[in-house]
Amino acid sequence: MQTILSIGIDAFAYGMALFIICIGLSLTMGLMRVVNLAHGAFAMIAGYIASYVARDLGWGYGFAIILAVIGTIILSIPLERFLFRRIYGSSELTQVLMTIGITFCVIGITNYFFGPTLKTIPLPTGLSQPVDVGFRTIAAHRLFVMACGLVVAAGLWYVIERTAFGIKLRATVDNAAMADALGVKTQVVYAVSFALAIGLAAFGGVVGAEFLPIEPYYALRYMVTFLVVVSVGGAGSILGAVIACLVLGAVDTTGRYLMPDFGNFFFYAAVIAIVCVFPRGFFGKAQ
Amino acid sequence: MQTLAQSEKLAAAPSLGSRFLRDAIGIAAIIVAGIAGYFLFPDNLALLTRVIAVGLLVLSIDLITGYCGVATLGQAALFGAGAYAAGIACVNGVTEPLTLILIGAIAGAAAGLLMGTIMLRAHGLAQLVLSIAIVQLFHEAANKASAYTGGSDGLAGLMLSPLFGMFEFDLWGQTAYLFGLALLVVVFVVLKFVVASPFGMLCRGIKEDPVRIGAMGAFVFPVLLKMFVISGAVAGMGGALAAISTQVVGLDSVSFELSANALVMLVLGGLGSLYGALIGTVIFMGFEHVVSAINPFHWMTMVGALLIAVVLALPGGLSSIADAILPSRGRTRGGKA
Repeated sequence: MQTILSIGIDAFAYGMALFIICIGLSLTMGLMRVVNLAHGAFAMIAGYIASYVARDLGWGYGFAIILAVIGTIILSIPLERFLFRRIYGSSELTQVLMTIGITFCVIGITNYFFGPTLKTIPLPTGLSQPVDVGFRTIAAHRLFVMACGLVVAAGLWYVIERTAFGIKLRATVDNAAMADALGVKTQVVYAVSFALAIGLAAFGGVVGAEFLPIEPYYALRYMVTFLVVVSVGGAGSILGAVIACLVLGAVDTTGRYLMPDFGNFFFYAAVIAIVCVFPRGFFGKAQ
Repeated sequence: MQTLAQSEKLAAAPSLGSRFLRDAIGIAAIIVAGIAGYFLFPDNLALLTRVIAVGLLVLSIDLITGYCGVATLGQAALFGAGAYAAGIACVNGVTEPLTLILIGAIAGAAAGLLMGTIMLRAHGLAQLVLSIAIVQLFHEAANKASAYTGGSDGLAGLMLSPLFGMFEFDLWGQTAYLFGLALLVVVFVVLKFVVASPFGMLCRGIKEDPVRIGAMGAFVFPVLLKMFVISGAVAGMGGALAAISTQVVGLDSVSFELSANALVMLVLGGLGSLYGALIGTVIFMGFEHVVSAINPFHWMTMVGALLIAVVLALPGGLSSIADAILPSRGRTRGGKA
């Protein structure tokens, strides 16, 4: 019973950390039709910024998160303007190659400046202590990650389904030319949703650093994981991404607890099974 | 419009004789370059043999990505299947090099059949993700079955008998290199026939428009699956060659990184051109050898920048430069399309 509870809590926290990072990728893939394999690279950049702010400058964790998100978005603007905008609407292979190229560049340049060591982001005392939740104690940081995940999911749902911007966004996705003709500034919509996606990647990269440690090959190591989560959940679907993160987080964590020797074996076996049964993911739209 | 352009291209198609002459020149160029490499870099023959083995892998990706339009990031699964099959057979007493290559080809073809069956169920992004999942699964399986594969230590202790009973596999890798070069030339010639055959034309047609090919009465799935099997055999031979030449099989031979690098080489050289696959491999691995010796992170930055540049400025890859310089050759290449 104790094991099941531990697995459940770890899986949920891990799934939520994955969700915060992956939902940004799901947005770019589902709404903008760009397979952005460089998504993890932005999470990595944010991790490096946060580590620099919190550890080397000694400012607070909150400051680190905010500066990391803003810094990463600022860095991403020229990239969107000069590189990503050229591959909107290209074939998947072109997008994959271009974004792998960007990932390689980011890895090389980051390590030129920050060196090849593992970077930590020191947690404030409030988050590093265990919290008693009645039946057992949980690390406060895990609770924080779970709360962040739920807030992000609810906030995104509200923005996309209930605001004027969400309406324009959905219109642009369904028919960009028609939305443009009706006066929606589609270029602005694309730029804002791209910035939103990058911001979420940055936030997830910092918050989830305890699960996915910030190191030189971060962008490459988790590239596959992020891509898999999105294609299992169905690109562009918030609910799909939540379910995919929870299912894959549960499979991965259970595998690690009960059969650590097998590594990622069950994770990828589950992926193949799910993609074979649901080729568009759990909640993907027919294209 | 497109049909019109295509029929113009077809009208410009050369006679059978001139195409044969051009391919003969191309294959002669490969042989000359290979022998020149043997004399120019006698100390780096191990690296050159590795280039040939990876070249076979890149050719195999070209078959399914360049000719059939099925993007894959998991081709190393087939390469690794060939490498491990040859390695395990060798450890268990089959030491004849040609037999080992054959075993590698069969294992690769079997893995290709499996991979094709799974991957062709999906389309687009899901297909790409399936290919990644398959190579990762193979990687974990090879890591787990350490009793047979040596796990993360690698499969070592491959003792080979001399080629044709005469040529020992020496420390300098001379035999392995010349053997690899001969294998590459034979495979290349066979593949030239394959892609020029009606079957190869059908594959190109499927790449352009699978629905129309289906409407014309051809079955798309079996054709693609057949190409997967051929591609698997080629990749498996590459893996077996790598196993024979280094006499060790590591887990990296069935990794996502190798698959991604091989795809990058192909795109660098030019999709849908067998020459492009080889050019890309030689240039990529040559630069990698030089630059990553200085600093591996500089190497990553450079590859990344190169990839972005190729995607933006040169979608046909480096081999399309040759077409631009030699306009007559460009036209005849178009004729095959």
